Amino acid sequence: MTTTHDSDSDTVWVEREALIDRIPRWVAMLGLAIVVIVIWDLVTARTGWVSPIILPSPGETLADLIFVGKNLLSGGYMLEALWTTTRTVFWAFLIAGVIGFSLGLLVGETKFGERAVMPYLVAIDTMPKVAFAPLFIAWLGFDIASKVALAAFIATFPIIVSTAAGLYAASENERMLFKSMGANRWQTLFRLKLPTGLPHIFTGLKIAAVGVMAGAITGEFLGGGKGFGALIRQSASTMDTPRVFALILYLSLLGLALFFAVAWLQKRLVFWNKVGQPGGVG
Amino acid sequence: MTMAEPRPLTAITAAPVRPVYQISRLSKTYGRNLLTALTNVNLTLHQGEFVSVVGSSGCGKSTLLKIMSGLLPPTTGRVVLEGRPVTGPRDDIGMMFQQATLLPWKTTVENIVLPIEIRQGRGAARAAIPRAIELLKLVGLGDFTNVYPGELSGGMAQRASICRMLISNPAVLLLDEPFSALDELTRDFMNMELQRICMEQKSTAFLVTHSLAEAVILSDRILVMKPRPGRIVEEITIDLPRPRTLEMINTPRFGEIVAHIRDLLGKEAFQ
Repeated sequence: MTTTHDSDSDTVWVEREALIDRIPRWVAMLGLAIVVIVIWDLVTARTGWVSPIILPSPGETLADLIFVGKNLLSGGYMLEALWTTTRTVFWAFLIAGVIGFSLGLLVGETKFGERAVMPYLVAIDTMPKVAFAPLFIAWLGFDIASKVALAAFIATFPIIVSTAAGLYAASENERMLFKSMGANRWQTLFRLKLPTGLPHIFTGLKIAAVGVMAGAITGEFLGGGKGFGALIRQSASTMDTPRVFALILYLSLLGLALFFAVAWLQKRLVFWNKVGQPGGVG
Repeated sequence: MTMAEPRPLTAITAAPVRPVYQISRLSKTYGRNLLTALTNVNLTLHQGEFVSVVGSSGCGKSTLLKIMSGLLPPTTGRVVLEGRPVTGPRDDIGMMFQQATLLPWKTTVENIVLPIEIRQGRGAARAAIPRAIELLKLVGLGDFTNVYPGELSGGMAQRASICRMLISNPAVLLLDEPFSALDELTRDFMNMELQRICMEQKSTAFLVTHSLAEAVILSDRILVMKPRPGRIVEEITIDLPRPRTLEMINTPRFGEIVAHIRDLLGKEAFQ
């Protein structure tokens, strides 16, 4: 005989997520950090398996973090170095933004740009851009200008590509709508193509934010000067590994700040992208 | 049903019938190998008349609509709206597409006045907002004027795009499968809404559709098109009384008309 059921009872059941997917975000983040630090401590300070010159213990790194932090807060030479790098990154990002956006418009909006300019840009983009560093130093000297140039050079290309791609993002329907309303080229560009392309453009800006950091630090490695990159290289040359770690961590704050500034701007400007849009345009 | 003969349009308007849109000897060929999309199309839309064109994919009905809307130049022939030749997009042509295509960064009412903004500038667009709100009330979206399109359902978005089409008081409405992306129940409802709006506004409308039932329920006349080359093969006058209701779909007369059109199209499809 088969099992009988109470005919009125609900057949309620719950879909269970795997244990690893049920850990809350902050517990997961903190837990992972603790595990990594414990293992790190184990292989360095506790057992001495790894030499401090290769990997300093968490304690040593923390001590240096505090030392560098004090220097930064007291306005010491490290703050000056950080400020130099910040200025480099700021100017490079601005220049890359203006040039990248302009070239992106040229390539994405005009047939001439697409036919004549784009092939050359693709060709230059495939080159390892860091290789241009000695040229920039030769042209612009060991001051901040050569670093700005290298960082901007690296960051320009993602902005060009994303701007051009953004201009293609408007759908055939939207273009037809604007055409049927008698919109001219500028109206279609500024009231349809650019707003539609904003999410793409911001993706490019975020990639550029990462590129500009890499460019600035590489420039400072190779061209000396007063920036944070030079500081890191000095510490590395004296085998002061804990200091290198501490400096990199503080440097990452600069990169994060730039990245989140772009993300914040995107949230403000592309406010419509967060809501689903069944009736709107894709 | 009768073959292409002039008929009184008493169902919609008692005024003398005035031609609004006239097309004669229209043809369109594409590309180097001169693919003929349309050949010898003659068509007149009268004031207050609702005309549909049905046909299988590739019969040239979309091409016809694009030429009528001034989005595409004809190869030969004459296209005249309100006495003036159509040589490009015009503000007295209202268009509606398969997709509502509302701009997501503009509120519903800002989307409605977009055609005014493009043609006459932002000042004129602001001045048109009261009328846009009136139109939104007409389609039952009075409570949604200031929301963004992301919060509208598919049917609501299409109703908003009806308002955008009506905002510049067009002489003719060109409808390119406007509800084919909606589910069937919403589509029926929207068709009845469209009829009501067209009757209230005394609109002259031209609809391109795949759906025979939709064409029959909405139209005073149906043009049946066949492909290779695209041409109008038959003109059918729909003598069902107005206003049409969804119940009419179940009447024998309705069924007869649909069957007749299907028969016309079917013969071609398997040739």
